[in-house]
Amino acid sequence: MSTPIEIPKWADVSLVPVLAVIVAFLVAGLVVLGIGENPVKATVLLIQGALGSGEGIGYTLYYATNFIFTGLAVAIAFHAGLFNIGGEGQATMGGLGAALICLNLDFLPWYIVLPLAILGAMAMGALWAFIPGYLQVKRGSHVVITTIMFNFLAATLVVYLLVNVIGKPGSMSPETRVFAASAHLPYVHEALAYFGIKIPKSPLNLSFVLALLASAFIWILVWHTKLGYAIRTVGHSPTAATYAGISIGRITLITMAISGALAGMLAVNEILGVQGRLLLEFSSGYGFIGIAVALMGRAHPVGIVLASILFGMLYQGGTELSFEMPRVTRDMIVAISGLVILFAGALDGLIRRPVAGVFARLLKSGA
Amino acid sequence: MEIYATLIAILESGLRLCVPLVFACLAGLWSERSGVVDIGLEGKMLVAAFASAAAAEATNSALIGLGAGIIASIGFALIHGFAAISQRGNQIVSGVAINMLAAGLTALVGNAWYAQGGRTPPLEGDARFQPLTWPGAEAIDHIPIIGPIYAHLISGHSALAYCALVATILSAFVLRRTRFGLRIRAVGENPAAVDTAGVSVIRLRYSAVIIAGILCGFAGSYLALGQAAGFLTNMTAGKGFIALAALIFAKWRAWPALWACFLFGLLDAVAIRLQGVIVPGIGQIPVQAIQALPYLMTVILLAGFIGKAIPPKASGIPYVKER
Repeated sequence: MSTPIEIPKWADVSLVPVLAVIVAFLVAGLVVLGIGENPVKATVLLIQGALGSGEGIGYTLYYATNFIFTGLAVAIAFHAGLFNIGGEGQATMGGLGAALICLNLDFLPWYIVLPLAILGAMAMGALWAFIPGYLQVKRGSHVVITTIMFNFLAATLVVYLLVNVIGKPGSMSPETRVFAASAHLPYVHEALAYFGIKIPKSPLNLSFVLALLASAFIWILVWHTKLGYAIRTVGHSPTAATYAGISIGRITLITMAISGALAGMLAVNEILGVQGRLLLEFSSGYGFIGIAVALMGRAHPVGIVLASILFGMLYQGGTELSFEMPRVTRDMIVAISGLVILFAGALDGLIRRPVAGVFARLLKSGA
Repeated sequence: MEIYATLIAILESGLRLCVPLVFACLAGLWSERSGVVDIGLEGKMLVAAFASAAAAEATNSALIGLGAGIIASIGFALIHGFAAISQRGNQIVSGVAINMLAAGLTALVGNAWYAQGGRTPPLEGDARFQPLTWPGAEAIDHIPIIGPIYAHLISGHSALAYCALVATILSAFVLRRTRFGLRIRAVGENPAAVDTAGVSVIRLRYSAVIIAGILCGFAGSYLALGQAAGFLTNMTAGKGFIALAALIFAKWRAWPALWACFLFGLLDAVAIRLQGVIVPGIGQIPVQAIQALPYLMTVILLAGFIGKAIPPKASGIPYVKER
């Protein structure tokens, strides 16, 4: 592997991740078989649950929204050669940022509260990624370890605040009061009803539109701006970046902040869109699955949106599936994510090498 | 005297809580000293906890449980080794995958097998590692000062807890005083030099990863068969990451690893003890502040504000033989 594995670019961005996912699913199918259920039947139930009804599609896209945010967060860091495992913590802090705005300002009309709350979520998420970035640049501690530690720090900080400071007085569960209606991001079914279009109710809210906008923004940023060029240069070859006069430290800080802001936007979907209050563990693993999404989507916004929809299907279909087949719980999805990370990430060569072999043979016979 | 009894109780509980940390931390030590970064300690502990509980439940033998835990953990360690050493994949990515795979699979299979929400049936008797009472512990418990130390701190732990101490002694000795240990350390600093000397980098790194697997097997089995009575979903609850923090805190050395783990175990014990307690003059101490301390101290240490923690030079970098 000292010589890079040569394959056409289209195959690298489409064929290889698709094969990785297929292998991951085959292994997952074996697991389902192992616990005594029929994997084909499970797959059919899963797809029906995810796409078989308007409500199911709504839920699928609602889950996908979370994955788009966390997937983009991991991807932008990848482009700068950074590994941000702190999505969970950044999302948690994003929730705190949104909640602080809502708790203090939700007497104001929606057109002031909502933008401020979204900015609050982004700012706190950005801060929680910026500090590890800063510590790497200025003090030499690696972002991977620091972001892991920051996940736990965010969790304990928010528990403390919810229990002792901003929690609803007299409530047994650690959560804030419900925000006023002005701080609620409309559901898609509400928004469309305004225009007279009726669709089934689901938690899908306007965050989905924000997620698509964020994807477009990242696409433009990474491939069509000077900053994006600098980010990719740093990620590709820090030495070349230094020779070109690009400050690696500055790019690291900016990229980490963007990454954290994106992860913080998870809170826009969950807190402003659905829960209407801050509660514990709303990030529930989305931050980590974002790594699977980014790897599968080859760190490209289009790939990430597609991968997010796939994981949204798994989440929604998996929930339905666990009603029909109680033995196949939603933990299956966590295992599948792990397999996808393994085959699309760490064991990538296992799939790319045979693919490269096939292409080499095709080229030889063609020539 | 009552304060003394409380102190002993906290120390005792700190000792119990630090046992899995010590095993996991030593696992990380072996792996990272050989140049393989391991953030999958958590996942390996979790599969070991599940496998040990399942096997102990089936056979009613804690020893068979331990064996199953070790085998399961080695299995996951080999996946990581294959990805990191043979495939030269990204070691962080592989570690994250191991953690997620373990969290998902144990909960899924646990639920499918036992239908108790992911937990195994409660274990008792021979299926667990019972506390060992040393000779005369009960007899001298009432002697002031020395009695409780002997009865509660030295005696009264499960066999695995003493194994943790043995594992530390062995790790420190082998890594520092033997040829194998020297080679492991060398391969984590300068694999090319080891290769030039005609020693296989791949074989050394695989052995280190397998040793890490064995140690994580002990850690997980202790959780399920010693500390608790059976497996609970996600029962490691971040212990693998605390162990990682302790490893950094110990600057990748065996004896300091033991002390760092004891410190973090003690903090945990203090946090449990202080839950809801009002300290005279200070008021209620937020438990979360104490729970956050290990992470916070690690961040501060890594940033070089107190001393400097420098990882093995080649850790995280796949070795590519020059052609």
